[in-house]
Amino acid sequence: MRNPLRTTHFFYKLNTQYSSPLKWHITGDSLLKIISALFASSVLLFLGLMVYELVNGSWLSIQTFGLNFLIGTKWDPAISQVFGALPLILGTTVTSVIALLISVPISLGIGLALSEYMPKKFGFAISFLVELLAAVPSVIYGLWGIYVLIPFLRDHVYLYLRTFFGFIPIFSGPIYGGGFLTASIVLAIMVIPTISSILRDLFSAVPNSLREAMIALGATKWETVKAVVSYARSGVIGAVILGFGRAVGETMAVTMIIGNKFQVWPSSLFDAWYTMSAIIANELLEATYDLYVSALINIALVLLFVTLVINILSRLIVWRSIRLVRGIVKE
Amino acid sequence: MKTMYIVVVAVIIVAMIALSVFVYQQASSTQTITLNGAGATFPFPLIDKWAAEYNKIRPNIKINYQSIGSGGGIQQHIEKTVFFAASDAPLTDAQAAKAPNTLHIPITIGGVVPIYNIPGIQKGLKFTGEILADIYLGKITKWNDPRLAAINPGVNLPDKEIVVVRRSDGSGTTFIWTSYLSSVSQEWRERVGKGTSVNWPVGLGAKGNEGVAALVLQTPYSIGYVEFTYAEKNNLTYGYVQNAAGEFIEPSIESFAKAAEYAATTLPKGNESWSRVSIVESIVNNTQARGAYPITSFSYILVYKELNVLPNMDEATARALVEFLWWAIHDGQKYASNLHYVPLPLNIVTHNEETIRMITYNGQQLCKW
Repeated sequence: MRNPLRTTHFFYKLNTQYSSPLKWHITGDSLLKIISALFASSVLLFLGLMVYELVNGSWLSIQTFGLNFLIGTKWDPAISQVFGALPLILGTTVTSVIALLISVPISLGIGLALSEYMPKKFGFAISFLVELLAAVPSVIYGLWGIYVLIPFLRDHVYLYLRTFFGFIPIFSGPIYGGGFLTASIVLAIMVIPTISSILRDLFSAVPNSLREAMIALGATKWETVKAVVSYARSGVIGAVILGFGRAVGETMAVTMIIGNKFQVWPSSLFDAWYTMSAIIANELLEATYDLYVSALINIALVLLFVTLVINILSRLIVWRSIRLVRGIVKE
Repeated sequence: MKTMYIVVVAVIIVAMIALSVFVYQQASSTQTITLNGAGATFPFPLIDKWAAEYNKIRPNIKINYQSIGSGGGIQQHIEKTVFFAASDAPLTDAQAAKAPNTLHIPITIGGVVPIYNIPGIQKGLKFTGEILADIYLGKITKWNDPRLAAINPGVNLPDKEIVVVRRSDGSGTTFIWTSYLSSVSQEWRERVGKGTSVNWPVGLGAKGNEGVAALVLQTPYSIGYVEFTYAEKNNLTYGYVQNAAGEFIEPSIESFAKAAEYAATTLPKGNESWSRVSIVESIVNNTQARGAYPITSFSYILVYKELNVLPNMDEATARALVEFLWWAIHDGQKYASNLHYVPLPLNIVTHNEETIRMITYNGQQLCKW
């Protein structure tokens, strides 16, 4: 009698004929499992290699400056060959924080509008457009910054700010148009898609029973929305930190606009500054001696560390919060 | 049926691999020689033009030049991963120690010019070295500074703050500019120094010649510096600079060539140390250098004197490289002017001929003509 199963599948044959003594199974399933596990672990390998290379490359700088690298305020490749990253760390942090101050309220508005207020179809179109913003290459934002935003802000905003509020030190001083406030505004536009799309998903995940319960209690729309936001609050924080991570790493648009001036603290909101990623992009190609290259790689190491911590932290918060909101885990 | 299908696919794949190997071998048996080079961005348009023109004369020779920056070119030269490198600055002593027996061949000449954006003022504003240094040190802050006004009689200079613009990326242009400021101003020499990037006392940084030009064009009352070729191609408003003879010189192909000619009289031999070669420094105090624009520099091709130190080098490739270099300093120079580069003056061509004759492969001189 012919067993119909025996002729059906190659792997089945392998299994039935050769497997029993050694328990050696090759099935399509396990093959796929092994291959995909290899691919997945390659990500870890890349990260490990990257950290290794960065530490290796910055070793000379670490040996020379040690932790002083983080608090040094001088960047002099030509005469004294001393490198310190504090102004860059400050510049990166402050521009990113200002970018968040601008973009978080806007993103909150977008997220709430899409999940609470707008009809589904219309909301879909809007969220498509918002995500399109994320697909614009950052050099385009840079060009737009130079040719459109800088002249506009200089002639129509900054001039009036200085005229009316010039007695406050942060609104005084020369106006170039570019500078760290302008860079922060461009950064804000760039992180809005990141934050707002997460917020939309978060708010949509809030169970309808909450909204129904609020309405049943006689709450107004405003009160309902407040409850929705407070229900998803830890996720909101995660989304903000994720946006921060994106802003910290942004290079091209920032370096085209910020003015690339190495100084610990700018004299006014209109002054130029510098960021970590910008100085690497600017100076690495023509860094002419070993310590110089090493110092730039050292900055890359600091930057990688900062962005890794920020990203891990924010992902953890966002994941936990989405599960929390969906009721998978308890607070 | 299924087995049949698999066999057919397998046969097709094997046939395609065999075919491609065959085609590849055919292609390489016609002996295409590729000369790999990398380095400065400044001479890239010229070398690119050379590559195209030379390929017309010698179809089996391809020149593959990657403009990755002088620093990158020198690095690849030291690591022996390219056959020739291009750099806007000669090797420093430390770099030369890592790449012993490197020959320097000046292939073209460039100049750096001050550009400005003052509404109502055309090209030709006059500057001296000291004034440029003091503007970039932040000591001259207004356009109507008495020192600027004194050398620009009849020009209505505005009572406005000077917005200083400079390169934010490391570049050969910055190296030439800061070399000049260092050689005319003691304070600049001691406080800032010269290099591809320096610790700028004032100013906004912009990336690349195009970034500086864009920022200057967008910012009224600003000053910047760019390569002459870039200023000329984009019709930027540039100024004249005083030389040691006291003349205010308009930057031009002729005035750069003049500067190189004066400097050429003191050039070292191709195989000696070039670390201190600088047109800027050799004419900054030469009061006889009439007609010479002071902020001028060579752009070099770097090659090893003995080509067998390079892996992947064979005699045919070495010969092709030498023939190309010889062509570049003679016939290649006629393509320079159209691209706003400076053709080499005759005494530098002669100097280069001697250098190219030094190149050997396994001890054999390659250039016997």
